[in-house]
Amino acid sequence: MVAHLAIERVVKRYPQAVLPAVNGVSLELAEGEFFALLGPSGCGKTTLLRLLAGFEQPDEGRIAIAGQDMAGVPPYARPVNMMFQSYALFPHMSVADNIAFGLRQDRRPRSEIETRVKTMLDLVKLGALARRKPHQLSGGEKQRVALARALVQEPKLLLLDEPLTALDRKLREETRFELVRIQQRVGITFLLVTHDQEEAMSMASRIAVMDQGRIVQMGAPDQVYEKPADRFVAGFLGAINLFSARVVAASGGILSLDSAEAGARLAVAHDHALSPGTEVALALRPEKISVRPTPDPAWANTLGGTVRGVAYRGEASDVEIELPTGKLVRVALANGERSAQARLAPGQSVALGWGRESAVALER
Amino acid sequence: MSLPPATLFQSQRRNRIAVVALPYAWLILFFLAPFAIVLKISLAEQVMGIPPYTPLFQDGQLATSVANYLFLLSDSLYARAYGNAIWFAGWGTLGCLLIGYPLAYGIVRAPANWRNGLLLLVILPFWTSFLIRVYAWIGLLKGNGVINNALLWLGVIHAPLPLINNAFAVYVGLIYSYLPYMVLPLYAALEKLDPTLLEAASDLGCRPRQAFWRITLPLSLPGVAAGCLLVFIPMCGEFIIPDLLGGSDTIMIGKVLWDEFFTNRDWPVASTVAVAMLLLLLPAVGAVRRHLAGETR
Repeated sequence: MVAHLAIERVVKRYPQAVLPAVNGVSLELAEGEFFALLGPSGCGKTTLLRLLAGFEQPDEGRIAIAGQDMAGVPPYARPVNMMFQSYALFPHMSVADNIAFGLRQDRRPRSEIETRVKTMLDLVKLGALARRKPHQLSGGEKQRVALARALVQEPKLLLLDEPLTALDRKLREETRFELVRIQQRVGITFLLVTHDQEEAMSMASRIAVMDQGRIVQMGAPDQVYEKPADRFVAGFLGAINLFSARVVAASGGILSLDSAEAGARLAVAHDHALSPGTEVALALRPEKISVRPTPDPAWANTLGGTVRGVAYRGEASDVEIELPTGKLVRVALANGERSAQARLAPGQSVALGWGRESAVALER
Repeated sequence: MSLPPATLFQSQRRNRIAVVALPYAWLILFFLAPFAIVLKISLAEQVMGIPPYTPLFQDGQLATSVANYLFLLSDSLYARAYGNAIWFAGWGTLGCLLIGYPLAYGIVRAPANWRNGLLLLVILPFWTSFLIRVYAWIGLLKGNGVINNALLWLGVIHAPLPLINNAFAVYVGLIYSYLPYMVLPLYAALEKLDPTLLEAASDLGCRPRQAFWRITLPLSLPGVAAGCLLVFIPMCGEFIIPDLLGGSDTIMIGKVLWDEFFTNRDWPVASTVAVAMLLLLLPAVGAVRRHLAGETR
């Protein structure tokens, strides 16, 4: 099967830059997929998006959309539309004219333009505001106009450049569901670029984490979150505790690690054996750790520590626990009951533990 | 603050009035008052003496007459001079726009570290007196001037071209002199145009040339209007350029005004010419202003 979008070893260099902005990226997207490129600013994700839109030309590699090679094809001839971070709505045109812009460019019949614009206005729930100018709209409304304008030509691929960044938090969370709903309804392939891991994970069916112009890891959101490939991915996708450790023994899919930082011997499941002496990092998410006044015999790994601070966040509390070695461990405790937060106080001695499957050993 | 709120409010109010009052006082003193005097003189009659016009009150009665305005209507010289002024200014403005727009567009598109230098070149002529620059054009355009001599020497022509004392020379002078006033507002309008909008247009299937007509030009219209106003109005009142470069058939109203005032010493008619010019131009300025207000709202 031919991939709907195929990116093959694409390289993009900017003059005066030491490293290429995009450094040998290969990526394949299936038709109708919702894919997210995730990475810190400057990782090359926006450059990759601009290469797909045709605003930049790759120095090496090949881009094909629906089997058609995009080399030398200018932006206006590509079956791709982009939703800009700043929305880039035309200030001198009404909402309806903004949405109709692409269709008028394609010289569609007037009646068809009218019906398609109306369908889009209904899809993004802006029917009542069709005659408004962009400066009379709220941020959320502008965002929806930008989406409608990018969707109305029914592109083979929709590029979304940080589409939710300009919205406030509450609206951002509502809009995530809205975007997924719209994507499922129109069935167009969405490629989202974002630096917000929650945004990427909650919307996309697959994500790729980028760093320094390369894709570091690609997979389903839970896969990337639970089994990060290296320390960068582990740290970028949410909070994590890292213990540097050395492999002591490996048997039956379980590694036995000696960690000076943790001050204990730790056991962790790993998919292949590592020879004793290998340096690894044990990565442990804050929400995977249990905290009790006394150790639970069911725990595979147990450490003792002292509570240093409790930060109440509402649905959960972040607790900082200091180990006897001086290492600080971050634990997230769900506030399942109203009194749950009262259980821990700074200075209190506690036991913390986790299972073999809860942590991962990172070789890089 | 130790002041009670009411006093604080009053003092803030006073400050605000003081800030607004200064420019208003300036305008009233140096613009409205002289204009009132001009208006008053236009309603008087010419007399021999100092001042050379009849006073506003005679024998305790208001003595005004619209005779000068009727005179302006009766003599076709004035209508022709007004018509000429608007005609020359109109085409001159169009010429400035056609040269100034590509110039401003080119400067905006130039590399960032070039732009200030290029803008400086646009305003560089201001460092020399306007009068001297117009005189310099005589040297370039006259029968044995630089241009004709060069063309004769090259053998392109065998007799000097009539480049001066005609409408052509007036247009050259007008467009040359007022071009910077057109380029600067156009540059300001084009410079603040978000380049992402052009990318968005391109993304939606718009070729660069179409994007210019559908995005760049409409969004730069406020700059076009500002530039045209800045150029058209002073061109209408221009008298040095038609006087030095023009001929007998390029008489413009500014020249007529000058002659009435200095040659004929007819202050009332000169004032009438000025007030009538203002009345002619006000509707046009008002229309452009209303249009601009509608654009930006």
